[in-house]
Amino acid sequence: MLPLLQDTGGKIFMNKIAQAFDHQKAFIAFITAGDPIIDKTKDYIHTLQDAGVSLIEIGIPFSDPIAEGPTIQNANVRALKHHIHTDHVFDMVEDIKDDIRIPLCFMTYLNVVFHYGYDRFFKRCQEVGISGIIIPDLPYEEAKEVRDVCENYDVTLISMIAPTSKARVEMIAKEAKGFIYLVSSMGVTGTRENASFSTNLKEITDTIRSVTSTPVAVGFGINTPEQVKEFTSYADGAIVGSAIVNIVAEHGEHAEEALYNYVKAMTDACR
Amino acid sequence: MSKGRYGDFGGQYIPETLMNEIHHLEDAYEFYKNDPGFQQELDTLLKEYAGRPSLLYYAEKMTHDLGGAKIYLKREDLNHTGAHKINNVLGQVLMAKKMGKTRVIAETGAGQHGVATATAAALLGLECEIFMGKEDTDRQALNVYRMELLGAKVNPVTTGTMTLKDAVNEAMREWTKRVDDTLYVLGSVMGPHPFPMIVRDFQSVISKEAREQILDKEGRLPDVVMACVGGGSNAAGMFYNFINDAEVRLIGCEAAGRGIHTMETAATIATGSIGVFHGMKSLFCQDEYGQIAPVYSISAGLDYPGIGPEHAYWHESGRADYVAITDDEAVDAFEYLARTEGIICAIESAHAVAHAIKIAPQMAKDQIIIICLSGRGDKDVAAIARYRGKDLHE
Repeated sequence: MLPLLQDTGGKIFMNKIAQAFDHQKAFIAFITAGDPIIDKTKDYIHTLQDAGVSLIEIGIPFSDPIAEGPTIQNANVRALKHHIHTDHVFDMVEDIKDDIRIPLCFMTYLNVVFHYGYDRFFKRCQEVGISGIIIPDLPYEEAKEVRDVCENYDVTLISMIAPTSKARVEMIAKEAKGFIYLVSSMGVTGTRENASFSTNLKEITDTIRSVTSTPVAVGFGINTPEQVKEFTSYADGAIVGSAIVNIVAEHGEHAEEALYNYVKAMTDACR
Repeated sequence: MSKGRYGDFGGQYIPETLMNEIHHLEDAYEFYKNDPGFQQELDTLLKEYAGRPSLLYYAEKMTHDLGGAKIYLKREDLNHTGAHKINNVLGQVLMAKKMGKTRVIAETGAGQHGVATATAAALLGLECEIFMGKEDTDRQALNVYRMELLGAKVNPVTTGTMTLKDAVNEAMREWTKRVDDTLYVLGSVMGPHPFPMIVRDFQSVISKEAREQILDKEGRLPDVVMACVGGGSNAAGMFYNFINDAEVRLIGCEAAGRGIHTMETAATIATGSIGVFHGMKSLFCQDEYGQIAPVYSISAGLDYPGIGPEHAYWHESGRADYVAITDDEAVDAFEYLARTEGIICAIESAHAVAHAIKIAPQMAKDQIIIICLSGRGDKDVAAIARYRGKDLHE
């Protein structure tokens, strides 16, 4: 624990995200807020915590999620059908914050954050205990307008690196905080067969490690315990979204048991 | 702040997976823009294949009928494939080929940009896939078949509202799957930099010609230049070479649909607010939480919830004015131009004609208006008949 503690001018501080990677491989789960209804999202976050998840990404629904495959697109459609909006998601997180020990991050598209107002959005994140944010349509070059604000509220902007990043890997990794989201393959989110993962992920991870100690988690397409084992053999964590959203899609408001069983097997695979 | 800014608008808000490819495209465009060989090849295609220069036609009957300013029509409807879209796709597809790409993808609304892209791909020997909302493939079945005749594969998009914005989403998703051999040929002055600049530059041939033509015919610059605006490509092309002529008033005509005070509108400047979507910071029709709004217009080509970033900038800086034209006004103008000048124009272009009908009578007889007639209206005839209560289907 001690090496992670930083002295920040008198007050002892460790961003909560570091907990997820503290002496363990992290299993990161994604869930869309409001799918199928916002009250169930609270229950499912508890289920994910109970099943041993290290960090949860909560998706704030957006009408046009361009980095998502059909599974998460449909989850957004289901949530938006009930007119779930940003304030509902903040309120939901506020309701559960005292019971959730693991770090929580948001995953959403820039327009949702921009339209709420950067300052207002991240202030609210801090109030409800959100530690980080992932914005797939905000690349390195455009990140400053968000980073300048979110850091004031102790919210970490998570950096993404892709199989196509090449010479950009070092540039992005050097400034990355919290964890680095290493995109496993080309295209959008959605479960994949092993053959469609990029073959240069270990190499990219090595390059990242040569410039930063920020942990690396691999995501996009992961859906089996074997894949989790494989990726966490060199990376610091694995991220699973669509496979979890599929379970919610299938079981609707009664997904606790199926979610627990699936996620438990996945978290066991990286321990 | 990043590259490709028009004031605060523009930028490159896209997934990391595409960033290197976008930079590669910037470099390639910078190179070919200054490459005499490329420019000559494109020039030949525009002349010999697309039929440029397009005519600047003096609409004498319309002028006399309205009793005010002299009206000229820039006849982009006479281009090969029947619209201004060909100017941009010949440039982009030729560039794709030079870059060593073997495949192009594109979004389309009504099908005009899809048909133009399929045409250029057929001519230049590239594989072509078009993404088109399921709603639109049903409404524009003839254009789907046209694209297939030209050798393109048409993918109906069944996500979201199943219209143009969803087609753009799907084309962007497809591009993130396959960047190495594929160029996304964007159809309007929108998306991440460098697309707004590339499309504007390829479309600026419209105003380059029009400026020379009007100086030749009238010995002076026009008082007003106008064009319809969805994403804004024909308007950007029509305005660009007049931007530094401060005395020339520029007017973009948006689609108000059933009216800007109804939910059934696509008038982004009249009803939208600033946001970030489809790779750019610009103005968008959206709700109070930033969810992109469903939009409506009789014109599928203007049925888009955003506008190109340079238009947002021209609006904000006051260099151009933007007005909203309803379905009713556009259909009246469509019929008026057919009866008065014997020209059946695209329902998109009819939005600009409608505004000219409003303002020309208030102008002096020695003043000049140029309207960009962005496309021809064959595609719209059945829809207009139905609008007028006739049960006519293609």
